[in-house]
Amino acid sequence: MSTRLVTFTLGDRLCGIPVDRVQEVLPSRPRTRVPLAPDDVAGLVNLRGQVVLTVDLRRRLGMPAHDGEQMMAVVFVGDETVSLLVDRIGDVLVVDEDQFELPPQTLSEALRAVILGTYKLSGQLLLALDVDAVAS
Amino acid sequence: MDEMDEIVHEFLVESYENLDQLDQDLVALESDPSSRALLSSIFRTVHTIKGTSGFLGFGNLEKVSHVGESLLSELRDGERVMDPQVADVLLALVDTLRAILAKVEAGAGDDVDVETMVAQIVAVQEGAAPAEGPASEEPVAVAPAAEDPAPLEPDAVVLPQPEPERAEAHAPVAPAAVEPAPVQAPPEPAAPASTVPAPKHEEIELPGRNAADGSIRVDVDLLDSLVRQVGELVLVRNQFDRIAGAGEDQETKRSAQRLSLIASELQEGVMRTRMQPIEHVWSKMPRIVRDLAKMLGREVRVEMTGGDTELDRSLLEAVKDPLTHLVRNAVDHGIEAPDQRRAVGKVSQGLVSLRAYHSNGQVVVEITDDGAGIDPEKVGRSAVSKGLRSANEIAAMSSSEVLDLLFLPGFSTAAKVTNVSGRGVGMDVVRTNIEAIGGSVDVESSVGKGTTWRMRIPLTLAIMPALTVTCCGSVYAIPQVSLLELVALGGQDTRIEHVGTAPVFRLRGTLLPLVSLAEVLDLAPESAGRVIAVVEADDQRFGVIVDRVLNMEEIVVKGLASRLKQIGMYSGATVLGDGGVALILDLPAIARRVLSTEIAELAKVRRQTTVQAAKATHQVLVVAAGDRRVAIPLSAVTRLERIRTDRIEQVGTREVLQYRGALVPLVRLDRVLGAVGGPTGDELDVVVYTRGGRSIAMAVSEILDIVEDDARLHSDIDDHGLVGSTVLDQRVTELLDVRSAVRAADAGFFDDDPDDPDDPDGLADRAAFDDDLLAGVR
Repeated sequence: MSTRLVTFTLGDRLCGIPVDRVQEVLPSRPRTRVPLAPDDVAGLVNLRGQVVLTVDLRRRLGMPAHDGEQMMAVVFVGDETVSLLVDRIGDVLVVDEDQFELPPQTLSEALRAVILGTYKLSGQLLLALDVDAVAS
Repeated sequence: MDEMDEIVHEFLVESYENLDQLDQDLVALESDPSSRALLSSIFRTVHTIKGTSGFLGFGNLEKVSHVGESLLSELRDGERVMDPQVADVLLALVDTLRAILAKVEAGAGDDVDVETMVAQIVAVQEGAAPAEGPASEEPVAVAPAAEDPAPLEPDAVVLPQPEPERAEAHAPVAPAAVEPAPVQAPPEPAAPASTVPAPKHEEIELPGRNAADGSIRVDVDLLDSLVRQVGELVLVRNQFDRIAGAGEDQETKRSAQRLSLIASELQEGVMRTRMQPIEHVWSKMPRIVRDLAKMLGREVRVEMTGGDTELDRSLLEAVKDPLTHLVRNAVDHGIEAPDQRRAVGKVSQGLVSLRAYHSNGQVVVEITDDGAGIDPEKVGRSAVSKGLRSANEIAAMSSSEVLDLLFLPGFSTAAKVTNVSGRGVGMDVVRTNIEAIGGSVDVESSVGKGTTWRMRIPLTLAIMPALTVTCCGSVYAIPQVSLLELVALGGQDTRIEHVGTAPVFRLRGTLLPLVSLAEVLDLAPESAGRVIAVVEADDQRFGVIVDRVLNMEEIVVKGLASRLKQIGMYSGATVLGDGGVALILDLPAIARRVLSTEIAELAKVRRQTTVQAAKATHQVLVVAAGDRRVAIPLSAVTRLERIRTDRIEQVGTREVLQYRGALVPLVRLDRVLGAVGGPTGDELDVVVYTRGGRSIAMAVSEILDIVEDDARLHSDIDDHGLVGSTVLDQRVTELLDVRSAVRAADAGFFDDDPDDPDDPDGLADRAAFDDDLLAGVR
């Protein structure tokens, strides 16, 4: 059983989400901040007339803020679309189930809550993000 | 197979609709058993179901509807009389049909046990042989009404209006009514005789049943996507408007204008396609009331007015449950048992009336019962015993505020919990549901007389007018429904003061509590706010300080991600003309959260004023008094007369008028107001105001018009004899202080008991009267 994952980077981490959960990938655009919203809510964007919530994945994963342009990966979460703010979008990778492993205990609490596990690629680990957990 | 599925689907949709209609018709038939049109309509519905189900091979469905049909044909042909027993079995039949249809819909065929139902119907049919059974058993009083099913003379019945039909049927037919069976025994041959006029009659009686011509069925999803797309179009239009407005090119500007116009019309048209009469929801109420009343041993009649009032279907859907709850509640807790009602001198049959109407861009739905009313004291005691409020707090509340406690979570005044309502969940859920769609609900009650629950619902959810404002660099939208007025800060008279630490603003003499949007949203203000948006939400009036006001525009409401809904400050978001996103402020929620308790007292809007302000338009009579235009509330106008000046006499320093055999004090409005150029000539227009047997006449120069006065346009210029001014027909018009004008003519006019029974307008009640005049001014 193999899965296709859209990969992206957050700092020096490589992360991936299933390709069928991704609607599109866009350069980031102006956001409207939402006062009183949880920390990881980066704001709202206008996506062809739809108002879409943007989640700052770095914050969600407890990482320092990024300085510089970021990208948006727009994903389906239930009936809603949510955009995830990431550093850089990478390739679509095909991963195999036997490369998969549950998240190591050493991972920080914040990270473990949103990660399904890791795929052991040659020379690098790919974190499989739990899209539903990230967006809620 | 697919085609078959489609046919079945159509059959289901149609049958469900027909069954809803059937419910209504049957309940209506009970109160008007002689209505041939109703009977025919019911018969046709069941007949159609029978026919189609036979064709589609639903044997059980066919079987049960066949038996029902034969019972109905007896009714239709006058061989049987509608009585509660028949009604029960027919309603049960409708339920059975519905259950079978549900099963068919679920793809499980019509494999339902119908034998019980069939047996029930047959029992009714056999239990009372046609005509003779009921005829001999029914009390005499009922006989004429119930037994004149008029089919005896089909021709006589074929009249366009139902009224004459009954009138005519009553008198001559009643004596013959005992023997309808023999006459009607061969119903088939008799029918053809009336075929020519009969269909015409039915078309008039039941419009809308044959709506097939001129209307088509449209998938709701398609409509929804159209609405979305039009929403987008409106956004692009706004954007284009902005670009065109900034440029110089006339051609572009013209195009923009046209686009704007077309987009607006299109938007309106598309929104209309989603509008449905509230009747769709109401139609279920008579049945609900009937069943419930029966179960509780009450006698209840339902009256519905304004069923054609239209609402967006999504809202209709959202209103359904609260409405049902309120109606059930009215029957369960409102209407008393028949003997109790008789004991207090009421007719034993209670009345639940539903009323819907448009007001101020909202739809108002009222559910009124003429039952026992709600005793505020009881409510107060209950609130104390439940620990919701302290006794002191209750003591300080007005009775309407106490009644408002009914909407608190976990409140139920029912002495015993029934399985109908009164489980302690309910009113709070009603309020939550209604507020979730941007509406509001309140209650008015008078002990012994009854209770009115009033829901205000926005016309449509998707697009609404709103004011856009900025605060700390972001744009926010304030829905117009909540907005009362704007006040610019910075002038000498426009300072923010403090009560304790709470900021307040003196608005025309009353203290208006203020909240700073920056503080509410926990933002770092770049500068002090410059504008106060005066809003009213959740029965509280307060000012929201914002940086700048941008625009009043139609915004397309977009839902928020569930994570953001939880914040409880925003009701949605919208895309602005420049492509940016603005959050829509949820003012009722903000009012509840932010207004601290001591300051909330200031914000409390007096109930009376709210009610008045809500119907912000009043009819006024516009008159000329010298060079002034003056508006007189229509409630202070009894009659308009033109009199000859020689009927005016001088009594001391005063003028009186011989009017209808009495001397009536006359006051010249131009003199009261100090206007220039009073009326001349030998005829005079006067406005007569009569109250409790006393009249006064106000002489005016000219009677101009009767117009709707929008209280929101009022300002309170305080001059002698006036209570303010407003803009009517684009001209500044002064609002007459009727009391002082009247006093000028007759100082003792208002001296009687304020509860004067001859004073239906309540004009004698100073407070009510002033509220009427001043609604919105304060």
